[in-house]
Amino acid sequence: MANSKSMVWGYRRENGRVGVRNHVAILPLDDISNAACEAVAAHIHGTLALPHAYGRLQFGEDLELHFRTMIGTGANPNVAACIVIGIEPSWTQKVVDGIAATGKPVAGFWIEGNGDIATVATASRKAKEFVHVASGRVREQCALTDLWVAAKCGESDTTTGLASCPAVGNMYDKLIPRGLYGCFGETSELTGAEHLAAARAASPKIAQKFMDTWSAYQKDVIEAHKTSDLSDSQPTKGNIAGGLTTIEEKALGNLEKIGKKIKFIDALTPAEAPAKGPGLYFMDTSSAAAECCTLQAAAGYVLHVFPTGQGNVIGNPIMPVLKVSGNPRTVRLMSEHIDVDVSGIIRRDMTIDRAGDVLIDAIICTANGRLTAAEILGHREFVMTKLYRSA
Amino acid sequence: MNDRPHLLVHNRNDNVGVVVVEDLVAGTSLLCVVTEDDSEFRTPVNQDVPIGHKVALRDLAIGDAVIKYGQDIGRVVAPVKKGEHVHTHNLKTRRW
Repeated sequence: MANSKSMVWGYRRENGRVGVRNHVAILPLDDISNAACEAVAAHIHGTLALPHAYGRLQFGEDLELHFRTMIGTGANPNVAACIVIGIEPSWTQKVVDGIAATGKPVAGFWIEGNGDIATVATASRKAKEFVHVASGRVREQCALTDLWVAAKCGESDTTTGLASCPAVGNMYDKLIPRGLYGCFGETSELTGAEHLAAARAASPKIAQKFMDTWSAYQKDVIEAHKTSDLSDSQPTKGNIAGGLTTIEEKALGNLEKIGKKIKFIDALTPAEAPAKGPGLYFMDTSSAAAECCTLQAAAGYVLHVFPTGQGNVIGNPIMPVLKVSGNPRTVRLMSEHIDVDVSGIIRRDMTIDRAGDVLIDAIICTANGRLTAAEILGHREFVMTKLYRSA
Repeated sequence: MNDRPHLLVHNRNDNVGVVVVEDLVAGTSLLCVVTEDDSEFRTPVNQDVPIGHKVALRDLAIGDAVIKYGQDIGRVVAPVKKGEHVHTHNLKTRRW
């Protein structure tokens, strides 16, 4: 039924996907093109530069991930149009072509042989044209379940597993069966609950794919690089201050955010776009908030729900990040960062079912255009995942 | 309206619960609620334990498993009395 609880005002893009923001992104292919992108964004009102640290001399799987993240970011439905600036034309064009497959306006510029000043001038003219195009787009009514909503928790504490993650899980249990795309990641942070996560796969084959991903992370990342039992990193100092003691305890709370009923239908590589239709997806990501959110946005997710216990302040430049907290102390001391207060759960004056409904209302408001705390506070953490050193 | 609990316990098999009130002081008789079935019981607390931190629901010996969510969250590395604070000083991961 089309009512206020099932529809949102979104931007229907050329490829049919629904966006909730309308950015004109100025995307650097590489670190040395950041200055030109920031110069364009500084004088063309309504554009957004996305500076980052990488893009030079990467190779193999790491280079593939770089391209997937760049193309996916530009292709995200929250981006109306995109300018790509790189040092040279070849890789720049590869990103432009990838974004162009969505049908949205995109143009590439390169600095070698032109210099920053001429590149900024020509890119600025095109950026101005794109702002006219984007600002002329009108929101239209779209199904709430046309949205792709990712989740990741951060600066977790014990209230995360009691309140904010179960609230997110309740939302997923309600919306995913109706057609929503969901996503959870944080490979290392499922350690201690990996058997329970695997049991939530939709088939033994998907469970095996998940376990292979989790085991590879243990072997290739944790075991290969650790110098201790990781107790100085995972749980974090903030987690420990909040009462979490071990990775097992943290993982069990983390997993609460995938609800009680739904199964995940694929295990994605970092920034891989889901391709099996509506449902919940696992993605292989770091548990660091900015890296995980950047990968989920690059996979096409347009909105993010972020349970936090101790008060992680993360945002993302193109994907609104909605903070949910069940810790009354954090809600009081860091109120400017918290969008949805579910601390009533631990006082027993709010049920998890009610918290899920409140969160769905907040998702609808955010999708309709209401800014999140992180957006208003200017949090634009855009952090690329790097698999290994460049050549 | 239900009375406000001091301690929440995820699962009936858990041997720890989580403090959910600020400024809890030693000697309080804790109202505990098991979230999976909403059952209630009382347990003592012998130390000032901050919000979000765990309290032992029974005596625990070195090597015992600490159970939360009905799952093993690590091993006891220093003896714990019922009502004491359980954290990094007496509980360690089994991983990594």
